[in-house]
Amino acid sequence: MTDRRALLEGAFRWAVTCAGFASAGAVLLILGFLVAESAGLFLSQAPGEPGYPVGSFLTETRWLPIKNPPVFGLVPLALGSIVVTAGALVIAVPLGLAAATFLAEVSPGWLREVLKPTIELLAAIPSVVIGFVGLSVVAPAVKSLFHTQSGLTALTGSIALAIMSIPTIVTIAEDALAAVPMSYRDASLALGANRWQTTWRVVVPAAAPGLLAAVILGAGRVLGETMAVLMVTGNAANITLDPRDSVRTITATIAQEMGETARGSDHYHALFALGAVLYLVTLATNGLASSFLERARRRMSGAR
Amino acid sequence: MTEIVAHTLLVLATVVVLVPLFFVLVLLFVRGAPLLGISFFTEPPRDMNKAGGIMPAAVGTLLLMAGTAAISLPVGVAAAIYLREYAPDNRATRLVRLAILNLAGVPSVVHGLFGLGIFVILLRFGSSLLASWCTLALLVLPTVITASEEALRAVPDSLREASEGLGATKRQTILRVVLPAALPGILTGAILAMGRAAGETAPILITGVAFFCPELPHGVFDQFMALSYHLYVVATQVPHVPPELPYATAAALIQIVLATSAVAVVARAHLRRRRLA
Amino acid sequence: MTKLESRRLCIHYGAKQALHGIDIAIATNEVLALIGPSGCGKSTFLRSLNRMNERIPGTWHEGQVLLDGKDIYGRDVDPTDVRRRVGMVFQRPNPFPTSISKNVAYGLEIHGTKSRSEIVGIVEKSLRAAALWDEVKDQLHKSALALSGGQQQRLCIARAIATEPEVLLMDEPASSLDPISTGKIEELVQELKASFTIVVVTHNLQQAARISDRTAFFLDGRLVEVGETKTIFTSPVDRRTEDYVTGRFG
Repeated sequence: MTDRRALLEGAFRWAVTCAGFASAGAVLLILGFLVAESAGLFLSQAPGEPGYPVGSFLTETRWLPIKNPPVFGLVPLALGSIVVTAGALVIAVPLGLAAATFLAEVSPGWLREVLKPTIELLAAIPSVVIGFVGLSVVAPAVKSLFHTQSGLTALTGSIALAIMSIPTIVTIAEDALAAVPMSYRDASLALGANRWQTTWRVVVPAAAPGLLAAVILGAGRVLGETMAVLMVTGNAANITLDPRDSVRTITATIAQEMGETARGSDHYHALFALGAVLYLVTLATNGLASSFLERARRRMSGAR
Repeated sequence: MTEIVAHTLLVLATVVVLVPLFFVLVLLFVRGAPLLGISFFTEPPRDMNKAGGIMPAAVGTLLLMAGTAAISLPVGVAAAIYLREYAPDNRATRLVRLAILNLAGVPSVVHGLFGLGIFVILLRFGSSLLASWCTLALLVLPTVITASEEALRAVPDSLREASEGLGATKRQTILRVVLPAALPGILTGAILAMGRAAGETAPILITGVAFFCPELPHGVFDQFMALSYHLYVVATQVPHVPPELPYATAAALIQIVLATSAVAVVARAHLRRRRLA
Repeated sequence: MTKLESRRLCIHYGAKQALHGIDIAIATNEVLALIGPSGCGKSTFLRSLNRMNERIPGTWHEGQVLLDGKDIYGRDVDPTDVRRRVGMVFQRPNPFPTSISKNVAYGLEIHGTKSRSEIVGIVEKSLRAAALWDEVKDQLHKSALALSGGQQQRLCIARAIATEPEVLLMDEPASSLDPISTGKIEELVQELKASFTIVVVTHNLQQAARISDRTAFFLDGRLVEVGETKTIFTSPVDRRTEDYVTGRFG
């Protein structure tokens, strides 16, 4: 090969390798950056000015960034995220798994080919649009049905987020069910079971790791949502488990307050700390889901 | 539980799942209909966003889509080429794939924080179109990589063999044979990415979108308006807004997002069918 | 004159050894047929003659393959140069999804040495040599995938000879084609031998007898016997060769 050729060859290889590793490295870079910026809150900025204590951040039950001195408590926001997420999962998991089961086990092939992309389309609806619909339709309904002060409650958020996470759950759960080998179903039917018994007693248990992964990924999606919750949960940093109360999530806090915060201030660093917590949690849920998906794949690769 | 009852419940669940999609579409277009004319798209907002059209926001969204695709495509396709054509089958490669998968799971608001710190502040792009482009490009990168890799994988190995058998180098084979054959799939990924970029609000909220811009952005360091943020503003920040306005804005945004998604979904199904034929 | 020669060639796929000490000398402008039962290593040997076996990860070799006396596996030898001099036609036709003329011109374009007008001339010359010109001369811009299987394979031959290699390797070139196309390919081999040295892998013994000057019989990764085709088929030296060509196994 001519030298020029060899150079081009090597340069091309180098370029694509860099792109590959850079894309992978982004995950670490984001984490590192978030942690670094969070540190500004906890570390001492100047002599005589101690940093905000980590313990306080983790246990304080109020979030009052504008007070003097400011109070940064993770608890109400984390609780808000958890309550809304739990509510969303209560709605989305049964519906999503049931719809996935319908698609995988009951519906005829042509219908599945139509419905699956349609559900994927649901996933494409932007968060802000769902938030708007939640605001204009769901909130008034919640207000009149549950006699809350405004309709802006955790429940409203849960309903909105359920709509957003169902497509994720359906897609992954359907894949998990479809991956169960035909031979399992054949064996069950040959023993005289009907289709529902086969589905419920054979296919679903076999697909369990994949189904669990679907739920975990759905939960991850919900935890990370911002605009919809920002618009409908009322944005009050309350400590409550009652879905009829207004709450505030970690995501909404970051989105809402970042615009008004001075760069480099304690508030700024505190918001990054929230981001770091959120990020670590989503990394954990993704990791958990991945391991379940891996378990599912290993299970299936034995039988045909 | 009897089979009939069980199956009926499953059907019901599926219907309930699908209802929101149609409900949202119908709601937006019916309630927004009075305002959805040509002038809505060509005129700027008036009267503190209470009246007028969405032109600068629509233009901003289109600019966002274009810029995000322009940045994420080269990097994403290159990364996909690395993964499919060069990467060895070892632990390091598995870690790379895992990292990209995790990137896909990063919440959009975290992308916004990262974009703020790196692009707006550290690299001094400021609150700008450029900062938002880079932030969104990182957000959609996994989508582009996954779609591109699938497209590259679909190119039959016999074509690579034929090319290398004729004395072509790996680079020539990829550039002259594999990439052209994978182009439809790659474009599908690009369209998907653009659709996502159009719908995102939290990242651009933190990196550059503005409540109101007197003019369209002249350069990449300017701020801009966008439909997604405009909807949020009109729905929650502006008092006494005529009720049709947010519906029409949402309808406009959804048109763009669903159009791109529908094109991508149809294209993907068509390609999959053609490959199996 | 020996054009291509293997000396004690062994090919390994990781821990598995596919070829054991192959010694063959191939003369210029001769047609050598490689025969043997499935899995005997004849395709592996063919692919080692243009270093295409290197596409499989974990492959390594011992011994040498000499092209005009120089080892193609030498440290300073670039595989793409080898493949320019030693062309290959595959079992299933694999034209690129572009036009007929672009397919034939591909090899020339990647080396970038010929001008547009030269390329046009070479495309015609190659298509004529592959006995395809008359059938496609009015549709050079049509997609290669629109051609029939036999035509596609002749196109692949035209593509391979466009760069004027010295040796042509053919891996069961007619096995996926109908009898009439197979006949055309066999005729082609006889015509091409005037300009090229040809090595053909085939599982069709009658075909080997029809088209080759010499034949090599492989079994379990070893070269059992090589000699004039007439001799191999009528009075082979080795008992195993005789069993194979008379159809007792394989």
